[in-house]
Amino acid sequence: MLLSGIARIDPTFGLVPWVVMLPIIGLLLNLLIGKRLGEFWIGLIASLASGASFVISVLLMLALGRTPGPITVPFLDWITAPGFNLGWNFRVDTLSVTMMLVVSGVGTLIHIYATGYMHSDVRHNGEPSRYRRFFVFLNLFIADMMLLVSANNYLMLFVGWEGVGLCSYLLIGFWFEKGKDGLGNALAAKKAFIVNRIGDFGMLIAIFILFTTFGTLNFDGIFTKVQQNAPAFQGAILAVTLFMLLGVAGKSAQLPLYVWLPDAMAGPTPVSALIHAATMVTAGVYLIARSNALYTAAPAAQAAVTWVGALTALFAATIAVAQFDIKKVLAYSTISQLGFMVAAVGMGAITAGLFHLITHAFFKALLFLAAGSVILAMERGHETIEHAHADEGEEFDPQDMRAMGDLQKRLPWTFWTYLMGALALSGIAPLAGFFSKDEILAAASRNSPWIFVILILAAFLTAFYMGRQIFLVFFGQARSEAAANASESSSVVLIPLVILAVLSIIGGVLNLPGTSFLEKWIAQTVAVKPAPFIWSIAGASFALALIGLFMAWLVYGRRKPLAYPGEPDPLAHTLGEVYIGMQNKWWVDELYQTMFVRPYQSFSELLAQAVDLGVIDAIGNGLGRSIRWLANAWRRMENGFVRSYALTLLIGLVVILAYLMLK
Amino acid sequence: MVPISYYLGLSAILFVTGILGVLLRRNALVIFMALELMFNASNLLFVAFSAYYKILTGQIFVFFVMAVAAAEVAVGLALMVAIFRTKHSVDVDQVNVLKG
Amino acid sequence: MSSGVIIFGVLALVAVASAAGMLISQNSVYSALFLVVNFSVIAVLYLILGAPFIALAQITVYAGAIVVLFLFVIMMLGTARLPRSGPIRGQRLVAILVGVVFLTEAAVFLVWRSGLTGVISQPAVDFSTPAAIGNALFTTYTLPFEATSLILLAAVVGAIILTHPDQSVSRKDILKPGQKKENRG
Repeated sequence: MLLSGIARIDPTFGLVPWVVMLPIIGLLLNLLIGKRLGEFWIGLIASLASGASFVISVLLMLALGRTPGPITVPFLDWITAPGFNLGWNFRVDTLSVTMMLVVSGVGTLIHIYATGYMHSDVRHNGEPSRYRRFFVFLNLFIADMMLLVSANNYLMLFVGWEGVGLCSYLLIGFWFEKGKDGLGNALAAKKAFIVNRIGDFGMLIAIFILFTTFGTLNFDGIFTKVQQNAPAFQGAILAVTLFMLLGVAGKSAQLPLYVWLPDAMAGPTPVSALIHAATMVTAGVYLIARSNALYTAAPAAQAAVTWVGALTALFAATIAVAQFDIKKVLAYSTISQLGFMVAAVGMGAITAGLFHLITHAFFKALLFLAAGSVILAMERGHETIEHAHADEGEEFDPQDMRAMGDLQKRLPWTFWTYLMGALALSGIAPLAGFFSKDEILAAASRNSPWIFVILILAAFLTAFYMGRQIFLVFFGQARSEAAANASESSSVVLIPLVILAVLSIIGGVLNLPGTSFLEKWIAQTVAVKPAPFIWSIAGASFALALIGLFMAWLVYGRRKPLAYPGEPDPLAHTLGEVYIGMQNKWWVDELYQTMFVRPYQSFSELLAQAVDLGVIDAIGNGLGRSIRWLANAWRRMENGFVRSYALTLLIGLVVILAYLMLK
Repeated sequence: MVPISYYLGLSAILFVTGILGVLLRRNALVIFMALELMFNASNLLFVAFSAYYKILTGQIFVFFVMAVAAAEVAVGLALMVAIFRTKHSVDVDQVNVLKG
Repeated sequence: MSSGVIIFGVLALVAVASAAGMLISQNSVYSALFLVVNFSVIAVLYLILGAPFIALAQITVYAGAIVVLFLFVIMMLGTARLPRSGPIRGQRLVAILVGVVFLTEAAVFLVWRSGLTGVISQPAVDFSTPAAIGNALFTTYTLPFEATSLILLAAVVGAIILTHPDQSVSRKDILKPGQKKENRG
């Protein structure tokens, strides 16, 4: 580590490798001696590792405040081949430090939450010994995500990219033997991995093209070449940006590769909060933000990104309106909000996109964790009544909103924090979401009227479905005995909720229209266009959000909806077929099954049976069979009779003599 | 004043007869006898060349061949007797236990 | 045609005929007797070639000891006739064929290619007397001579061991001088 150069600038920067190493140390400790230490210490070590990462990120932020970046901290040489030198080096600049703060900050809160949540969850699922594994994977995730955001070249970014994909798979399938038919969770994990892989394919192609065009994968190297001489690389840049869009669509769950994220809700709630709300899915947004130099040089790709983001935002919002699983609503909401972020960075509004990323991390993590608290409460309620009625035995889904209701009386802390998160998500001023979402809407209005209309529709639907969720879960009457017997969660679960709620409320301060801290901060690294806040648009979207919440109250809050099991959603009557489409997620999964999965499976069968067994194995077996035939034929020579051996000898002798004779 | 080639031809004929005897007869003792015939054919060759080149070495060699042939016959017939004790037959084709 | 050639021709004929007879005869005793005739003829040929010692050694060792040994064993093992055709298919045909081929090859090598066209002239009187052979044996060829004696020793021991009856003698069966063998009931 060439610390000497760094030390002259500011020795704090030399701490950056620890943001990756500390979680790795944490996971190694838990892996090796965790079993002996017990649950308390496992959770503590993991949370401390993540917390220490956060502390270092804060120190780096302060150091960047004194000495503007970007600073490159070399760590080790990875690939040294003639013509290609790639090292694992850390890049400290405002963009990466922002991401580091979000990941480690929210991550630490979720670690703390998870110590309480998993304590109940492993017992509910009957396997207390798996507690350690969860925290090992969670620390691995933090390490990989830190690696992703602190990389200074595309290949190290990709290493982190793949690593978080792996952790996603491991954590979604954490309860791998449970789920629908004992397979459901494993299938969801597999689906996440495979769909992500399609995105990774795009990412890899982009990296290949980058290397062949520019000869290096370092950010600085590529971006300076692009800024100096963009027209020379036009075709390559367009290809790179479009393939990167494929990668982003996979990792950040955009159309058409979003299908894995709803299924990923099969994982435990802290996983949904951390990975699929706050951090991993934002890797795609980070990538586009980082590659801003490339995207500004390819306006066609920017348009593509913007449209993909906007359409995803609207599409996912429509599905969220008709879902009954509390986590599925949040999942589709995540996809929709990611669409907002992707559209924002696609339009070149990097600050808006990142601002929404940060605030979304706060309130979406809050919503997921609070939903987890609700689920725990439902499970507790169910266990209470199970003890009372011993032969209750019917299917109980603690996540089904149709079984909830009137939980605000029983879960006060959860209710208030959830409400804060929902209001922030809907864009109610002066909560955080209002400012971040409206900056995106302002950028959209400058960009294209179509995008603006789509996004504002999506914002309206966001308010509507969040209102629907609040009313179904917390108001009305308790629609099942489990809900009637629900009890509040422990403080280790509630404290992160409160912290996140506070952040959701005051988060807007990061980039208020007057002060614009975040904009100035990001501008140090990425070229940002000045984006004045348009108050008229903000006012209009605020009004629309209120209308959305009001309409949700009209449908779900005023009367007592879903009073008996089997009663259809009141919206079904109004919307008819549209509602059926929304409830069935517009049959996208079924479409993919028919178009891709089944043909691939039959092709695979064909290859396995006809080609592998029929041809390749036949060649191998045929070879064996022919050798056996040959050996059998030859065996007849060894008949045990001395005279025939003597004859063979003589024949050999005759042949040799003949050869000598004819030579 | 016989040309040496006559003796060489005779030796060859006797040798081949011995070979045929080894290959065609099934009686172990007759095979041995054919073996002795082969020995004699080669002895004849040696002596013929010894007389042709006027070198005594050929005859010395024949001397040794005879001695060794005698020893070999003794051991071989002892073997035959030992085999006969088990098989009760002098047919070499019966001794085919090593059939693969 | 000189007399030498005629005599050689007659002797050669007898030798070949007796060899064929040994080959063809189904009775093993007849085969042995044919062999004796063959040996004797070859002894005569040796004499013609000027090797008296070897000729008489041939008669003594081959016809006198080896064939006698053969006849002993034939008598011991019985002269049962074996059935004509053997279990190996095609052996007879292939053997005869290969034998003929071998004969032609041998003839080609020995007669044509060797380039030996001379005649055997009469050797000197003291060429191969026993004294000369003995001299050679004990001076130049001492080592093979001694080795041959070892071979003969090995043969004798081997023959005895191979034909030894199966039961082994244990220590307690060895009688001391004067001790009578007890009859175990």
